[in-house]
Amino acid sequence: MIDDAQLAAIARECRVQIIRMITHAGSGHPGGSLSVIDLVTTLFFQRMRHDPQRPDWPDRDRLILSKGHAVPALYAAMARAGYFPEDRLITLRKLGSPLQGHPDRTALPGIEAATGSLGQGLSIAVGMALGLRTSGSPARVYCIMGDGEIQEGQVWEAAMAAPELGQPDHPLDNLTVILDENRIQLDDFVAKVRDIEPVAAKWKAFRWPVIEIDGHEVGQIRKALDEAEATRGVPTFIVAHTVKGKGVSFMENNVDWHGKAPKPAEAIQAIREILGVTEAAWDEYLKTDTATRALVAELHGLEKK
Amino acid sequence: MASKATRAAFGEALVDLGARDPRIVTLDADLSKSTMTSAFAKKYPDRAYNLGIAESNMVGIGAGLALTGKIPFVCSFACFVVGRFETIRISIAYTNANVKIVGTHAGIAIGEDGYSQMGLEDVACLRALPNVAIVQPADELETKQAIAYAVEHEGPLYLRLTRQNVDDVCPPDYRFRLGRWLVLRPGADVTLIASGGPVKHCVDAATILAGDGISAEVINAASIKPLDDDLLLRSAGKTGHVVTVEDHSIEGGLGGAVAEVVGELLPTPVKRLGVRGFGESGDLKGLYAKHGLDPAGIASSVRKFLNR
Repeated sequence: MIDDAQLAAIARECRVQIIRMITHAGSGHPGGSLSVIDLVTTLFFQRMRHDPQRPDWPDRDRLILSKGHAVPALYAAMARAGYFPEDRLITLRKLGSPLQGHPDRTALPGIEAATGSLGQGLSIAVGMALGLRTSGSPARVYCIMGDGEIQEGQVWEAAMAAPELGQPDHPLDNLTVILDENRIQLDDFVAKVRDIEPVAAKWKAFRWPVIEIDGHEVGQIRKALDEAEATRGVPTFIVAHTVKGKGVSFMENNVDWHGKAPKPAEAIQAIREILGVTEAAWDEYLKTDTATRALVAELHGLEKK
Repeated sequence: MASKATRAAFGEALVDLGARDPRIVTLDADLSKSTMTSAFAKKYPDRAYNLGIAESNMVGIGAGLALTGKIPFVCSFACFVVGRFETIRISIAYTNANVKIVGTHAGIAIGEDGYSQMGLEDVACLRALPNVAIVQPADELETKQAIAYAVEHEGPLYLRLTRQNVDDVCPPDYRFRLGRWLVLRPGADVTLIASGGPVKHCVDAATILAGDGISAEVINAASIKPLDDDLLLRSAGKTGHVVTVEDHSIEGGLGGAVAEVVGELLPTPVKRLGVRGFGESGDLKGLYAKHGLDPAGIASSVRKFLNR
């Protein structure tokens, strides 16, 4: 198991790759990918039992990214874990690539279900948790939803069913649901489009234990996942308060960056900020970090196209 | 002649198959007494899930169960389950989850309950989805074989079943195969292609037509997707006239599928018989007569089509 410092470094690398691949694609969803990435990397590298060499291992833990538009975060983590070579990331959204704009299970081993038509992932995760429980598998199921996403009615059908399904012999305590609560959806702030509050009270009323955390604090994420795993008899709902566009100043809390690709110059600034380097120190920094220097040159190359 | 609703045959088959294959599970949305999975639920209570009146969630949970190796039968009235089209489209079809979708109460034949309960566009909807096979058996024997086949079939499959009793039409030695149709009665002047409930009506219509000197070939098209292109083209080439008969919207169903194939590969006049517009409340016989789907109506349409 890797430690927190290593995990922070992986999350940083993944943020850089998110910016890189969306810039190459010329379209995509950076805001929600950057808000969810710390949740995804903590699950992938500290929590889930999975094997990139055996993506169909029956007892693997499963992650359903129900907010499928944030799939660049998942692709970045999958590449880092070894599901496919990292250089394939820049084929995102290109003709013939298994890295579809939204997850395609049949195209890319390791993707558990097609998602991105919002509101469907939780039902699939519930079905998986039930199937695994009744088969005697020790595997756990994780489902990440967006906060705008839970405006979908199907989510509440699943929310109503999950705590009761499989009782008493096969309760779905192998299911952990995480809400990436970044407060922004496509059109505007969630509270302005169609307010979903009080979120915690609603899920509690549906008989889910609810844990609230900062979705960018690895310690808090891990503790919540521990608590969920220790909970018996019911699935757990984690509200992860996050920042849309986290790590890039001009994307943070900005509705405009829900679904728009950065220009190469913007991408380079974003990467500099993600790496925590000041503008003044950037040129000096690039002299020592050859990988980032190559990446910057690659992005400059896109400018000329 | 024995007569049974195909939904009843489905319920019985599932109980038998459930004993042999522990992967089989059923999902319902408060209609298990109507979809006839209630017998399965009684025998295997641990493998039957009633999700309440929440079909989208039922479809999605079915997908999740399939992705862990179960063989879920996701059941409701045809209109209600296929009405959750977007969930079927992504969670089942695009995901390629091995789910068996069962739509009972197909067509205007349900009668008195009226249009809102009638599955009339389900075939048209699902026919557009890649990965999804569509099967509509015509009698008890064929239904039981189709259910057994559905368990073996890798991938999504839609079964369309009747509420009403239907008479036996298949011979005792019949074996269902996906993509294969059955000639129930050979003929030379016109090809009658039907599926599900109206198949028997076509057999009876052929008898009426024989009295008028018209030799009708009757084909039971249980496999709606894929069609049996070979048999279709062979019969169309022989008779030169194709009539489709279905208890489904005239648009997008079996008739549409047949017309597409014939139009592309062997242009032949096609007459589609089916339901026009919305359905309505009424008795089965009256509704079938109104839409020209009873034996007399079919015979009359065939005569007009052949100018005889």
